[in-house]
Amino acid sequence: MEQLITCINCPVGCRMTVNVENGQVVSITGNSCKRGMEYAAQESVAPRRMVTAVIPVQGRKMPVSVKTRSPIPKAEIFHCMQAIQGLSLTAPVHMGDVVCPNVCGTGVDVIATKTVE
Amino acid sequence: MANGLQPQAVDVLVIGAGPAGLAAAIAAREAGVTNLLVLEREPEMGGILKQCIHNGFGLHRFQEELTGPEYAQRDIERVKALQIDVRCATTVLNITKDRLVTAISRERGMQLFQARAVVLAMGCRERPRGALAIPGTRCAGIYSAGTAQKFVNLEGYMPGKRVVILGSGDIGLIMARRMTLQGAKVLACVEIMPFSSGLNRNIVQCLNDYDIPLLLNHTVVDIQGRDRLEGVTVAQVDAKREPIPGTETHFACDTLLLSVGLIPENELTRQADVEMSAATQGAVVDDALQTSQPGIFACGNVLHVHDLVDFVSAESFKAGKAAAEYALGSRADGRTAAVLDGEGVRGAVPQRIRIPDPAETASPIQLMFRPSCVFENAVIRVLDGDREVLRIKRRILAPGEMADLTLKPELLRALSGQALTVRIDASEGVCAWNS
Repeated sequence: MEQLITCINCPVGCRMTVNVENGQVVSITGNSCKRGMEYAAQESVAPRRMVTAVIPVQGRKMPVSVKTRSPIPKAEIFHCMQAIQGLSLTAPVHMGDVVCPNVCGTGVDVIATKTVE
Repeated sequence: MANGLQPQAVDVLVIGAGPAGLAAAIAAREAGVTNLLVLEREPEMGGILKQCIHNGFGLHRFQEELTGPEYAQRDIERVKALQIDVRCATTVLNITKDRLVTAISRERGMQLFQARAVVLAMGCRERPRGALAIPGTRCAGIYSAGTAQKFVNLEGYMPGKRVVILGSGDIGLIMARRMTLQGAKVLACVEIMPFSSGLNRNIVQCLNDYDIPLLLNHTVVDIQGRDRLEGVTVAQVDAKREPIPGTETHFACDTLLLSVGLIPENELTRQADVEMSAATQGAVVDDALQTSQPGIFACGNVLHVHDLVDFVSAESFKAGKAAAEYALGSRADGRTAAVLDGEGVRGAVPQRIRIPDPAETASPIQLMFRPSCVFENAVIRVLDGDREVLRIKRRILAPGEMADLTLKPELLRALSGQALTVRIDASEGVCAWNS
């Protein structure tokens, strides 16, 4: 299967074509550097993204911002958002606190990126 | 009354506690300034980073990807550890060229400061609808992208459900993703130019990931709705950016976000009679970030709009250190040369550089600028009068990504003192747009 991928490593933004068969990269063309090839290989087989959002804090006007500690599979983004949107936190919340462990079974925790005392 | 107040003496006064102001204050303290004060209009430090909850900040400075609040927190903690005096919820009303600063707050009322050095770090604000002259009704539902970002991320409510974004600046792209993740339908991102002004990675991860079309060479030609926005009409534009009749498409939507550029916030700078640059809409500065008024320095987005906060911090550390040297009386003067924008270059900063003495151990000077359009296989040239002193090849240059080059000490020492011109020569693929 052929996939078209735009490289995000630099402003050149190479349009790369990746050939994937049975989950294995067979060929990559259109890249002009090694970083592009590595990105295309990862992106075509198992794309991952960070997810960031906010969660309300009971009794406070401002919500607390959160992120996945590391990128999760791209296909899980909306499931992750659903899990986060159901949450409500109680102060204090500290930057780095786990607010949703192992979100959607990805093995990745959602953590606070802000402190609310 | 202000004229009955005795001004408080301050060695270095920093206006703004966003990333630029915080870095400038940290650098000034570390350079030995004890009498240091930061004034911030908002109730908390951190500036615009507070509402930028997405990741991608700090790759250059910390070699890791932080969210906006996390990046800000690192500087805030350093400011606290250095026991720097920061007065939040305090608005600066006036600054004179002699560095007499008037500020006001609920807590302390009117305050006057006489500063030895001032660092301007007020940041920038978004270009509003009024600056665009889009026809149509004045209904609710039209926001700048940053305003929508504040609503969603800091106040926790959504401005709408069906969204069109005009302009493809980074904040607009980031909000396309944010609104989508939060349950809205983003119908299109409409860009009048043949290229996006946003970062490549944001186009891929904020638009392509969610199948949001980027309509290049298109603009909004009509806005409909009585009380609330009901729809917009989008049309293709020709080479002169005029709408082409017959290409109109209608989008039913309740929200239009504008991401059409940022303007440095320089009202105070102008009060101090500081020389301004038409290209950057910020102050004209030398390589120490000093403006045309001695002792007044400028850094960050109030000086010129940056793409990355990492570069704001780097520039502001320099400004804070230079302001400290000025206040403590240890700054060197000397011969200078002007830096001019040549063909293909807009807003080179700094606009004036100091030529070091032959025996001096000088630091390299970084010049930053924006290409005026998309160039492929371009050569950036620096001319000292007519003599070429530097030549750098770049495979691609685009207005959406700030370009830079470094002038090494040996190059600087050999300068004639005539104006330097930075220009771009492209061998192929120059886009049709010259702004």
